[in-house]
Amino acid sequence: MVTYIIRRLIWGVVMLAIVSMITFAIFFLVPRLAGATSESLAARYVGRTATAEQVKLAAERLGFNDPLVVQYGRFAKGIVAGADYSYGPTVEHCPAPCLGYSFLSRLPVWPDLLDRVPVTGSLAIGAAIIWLIAGVATGVISALRRGSLFDRAAMSVALAGVSLPIFFTGIVSLVLFSYGRPFAITAPGGSYTPFLTNPALWAYGLILPWITLAFLYAAGYARLTRSGMLETMNEDYIRTARAKGLTERVVVVKHGLRGALTPILTIFGLDLGLLMGGAVLTESTFSLPGIGKYAIDAIVNQDLPKVMGVVLVAAFFVVLANLLVDLLYAVVDPRVRLA
Amino acid sequence: MSFLELEDLRIHFPTDDGLVKSVDGLSFSLERGKTLGIVGESGSGKSVTSLGILGLHKGGRARISGEIRLDGDELVSAGPEHVRALRGKKMAMIFQDPLSAMHPYYTVGAQIIEAYRIHNPVSKAVARKHAIDMLGRVGIPQPDRRVDSYPHEFSGGMRQRAMIAMALSCDPELLIADEPTTALDVTVQAQILDLMRDLQQEFNSALIIITHDLGVVAELSDDILVMYGGKCIEYGTAEDIFERPEHPYTWGLLGSMPRLDREPTERLMPIKGTPPSLINVPSGCAFHPRCAFEGRTGGKAKTAVPELLETEGGHLVRCHMAGEERRAIWENEIKPNLESV
Repeated sequence: MVTYIIRRLIWGVVMLAIVSMITFAIFFLVPRLAGATSESLAARYVGRTATAEQVKLAAERLGFNDPLVVQYGRFAKGIVAGADYSYGPTVEHCPAPCLGYSFLSRLPVWPDLLDRVPVTGSLAIGAAIIWLIAGVATGVISALRRGSLFDRAAMSVALAGVSLPIFFTGIVSLVLFSYGRPFAITAPGGSYTPFLTNPALWAYGLILPWITLAFLYAAGYARLTRSGMLETMNEDYIRTARAKGLTERVVVVKHGLRGALTPILTIFGLDLGLLMGGAVLTESTFSLPGIGKYAIDAIVNQDLPKVMGVVLVAAFFVVLANLLVDLLYAVVDPRVRLA
Repeated sequence: MSFLELEDLRIHFPTDDGLVKSVDGLSFSLERGKTLGIVGESGSGKSVTSLGILGLHKGGRARISGEIRLDGDELVSAGPEHVRALRGKKMAMIFQDPLSAMHPYYTVGAQIIEAYRIHNPVSKAVARKHAIDMLGRVGIPQPDRRVDSYPHEFSGGMRQRAMIAMALSCDPELLIADEPTTALDVTVQAQILDLMRDLQQEFNSALIIITHDLGVVAELSDDILVMYGGKCIEYGTAEDIFERPEHPYTWGLLGSMPRLDREPTERLMPIKGTPPSLINVPSGCAFHPRCAFEGRTGGKAKTAVPELLETEGGHLVRCHMAGEERRAIWENEIKPNLESV
C-alpha cells in the first residue's frame, strides 16, 4: 500500500514534469518554429513606442536569447529551488515554487495563483456537494420509480442540464436571481468574500454560481446514478437482502446505492480535480476572481508565465485527484487490491 | 392443518407479449421436520413459487392469487410489512449462486450480523458472536477469523456454507433452498447436502429443495413435487417418484439422469423438445407435444387439461392415461430400460 502510494507520487511528479515541458514547448518552441525571433517575442512586453534598443534589452532580460533548454532549465529550477530575476536596477528573489514573473505586471505568478485557489476551491467544493447530493438523490428516486412522472420529468431536466452550457444557464440565472432581479437570492455585486472574513456573505455571494455549476453536473450524476441503480437493484444480492427481511429503505440505501456508488465516486473525484484547476466559464460568467478567470485574463494578454502557472496548477490537481480516486477505489470496493 | 399450505397458488406476470403464467394453480402442504423436493426444468415455475412464498413478488408487477398459509398465517393477502417481518426470521432462503447472492462490498460476518439483528434486538458484539457461532456450525474453519472475510475470499463451497449460516441465523421454521448445489462441484455438493440434512434435523425446520437435479432430491426429500409449465404434474413420496413414477414427464426426467451404475456407452433418454412457452401454453395437457404416449389418450391430451388425481395413497398424477395403463407402461417399457445394466 505504502509502496503503491510512493510509486504513484513519483509518477505524478513525472507527469507534471512532462506537462510543464509540453506547455513550455507550446509557448516558446512553436512560435520560434513559426519564425518568431527573440526580439519579436520580447516586443510585446515593452509597449508600443519602444525603440529597437529597448526591445533588445528586454529580450536579453527575459532570457529569450538563451537556448530553449536553458530557458526551460531556468523555469524548472525556479519551481524547485526558486530563482533570481533582475528587473532594471534591483535583483529580486523569487522563492520556490517560482513560476516566474508576469511579463506585464511584473508580479510573481505563484502568490497570485495561491490567492485564487480558495475562490476556485470554494466554488468547486460547494457546487460539488450540491450536485452530488441532488444528482444522486434524483437518480435513486428515478430508478426506483422508473417510468413514473417524476422519472420522466427529472430525466428531461437532466437532459437539458447536460446540454445547456454554463454561459447560457449562468446568464439566465443572473437575469432571474441576481441582486435587484425579481427572485434575487444573491448579494449585491455578486463578488467574492473570503470565508474567514464573513461566512454568511461568502455563501451569499457564491450561491448562484454554485447552483448554476451544480445544475450542469447534477444532471450527469442523476443519469449515472439512475442507470447504476437500475443495474444493482437487479443484482442477486438485492434479492438476498430482501429475503433477509430488511426494510426497503435499508435494501435501497445500504445494499443498492452502495453497489452503485463506485463509478459515481470515481467520476466525482475526477470532476472535482478538473474543476479545481479553474471553472473557467462559471468564474468568468459570475466574475469570480478564481483560477479560471486568471487563466482567461492571462490568455487574453498573452502573459505566458501566468498561463503556464495555471496549466501546472491545474495539472497538479488532476494528477492528485487521480491518485485519490485510485486510493478511494480500494476503500470502496474491497475486491480491489492496489499493487 | 399443516405447517405450510399452498392452495391454488397462481403467480402471473403481465408482459407486453401476454400474460406469463409462471405458477398456475399449485397446491401442496409440508410439515415441520419434513423435506419437499420441487423438481422441474428451467422455466417450470419452481423459483417463482419459492420467491412467491417469501412474498418477494409483492409490490412488483406479479398478479398473485390463491393462498399461502404459514403456520395458519395467510401470506398472499397479508400486507408487505407483515411478510417482511416474517422473512429471514420464520422463513429463510438459500440462493443458487452464493457469489452473486452475497453483497461483494460487505464482509460475510457483516451480512450475517445484519440478518440476525434485523429480527433480534441485540448489540453488535452479541450478534457478531452469534455469527461466528453460526459459521462454526456450518463447518467453516477458524470462524472467528473468517467472519471478517469478504465473500470473494471464500471458495465456492465455503460461500454456500456462509449463505446457509446466514439463512439459518434466525432459526427459521421454513427453509427454502433454490438450487443450493448447482453452482458447486460434485464433491462439495455432497458435503453441502449432508450439512443441510444435519441442520434440518437439528433445527426441525420444514425444508423445500428446489432443483432440476433428481439426484439431489433423492438424497434429501421425503416428498417430491414435479412441476411442468407452472403446474404440479406429479406428487408423491420419494419412493413413489423413484419406484412407481406414473407421469411420462417424470419418466423422462429419470431417463435423462446420468448414472454411474450404467454402461458408459449407453445413451441417456432425453425428453425431446423444449419447455413450453408460459404465454402460449399448449392446449390440453401442456406436456402433450413432447409426450411419447400422447397417442394413447384418444386425442384427449390435445383438447382437455388433465386433472391432478390421486392414484393411490397420496400419490397424485396429472395424466389422461388410465392408472393401469401408466403402471403397465412403467413396468414393461420404461423401467427395464432404466435398469438395463
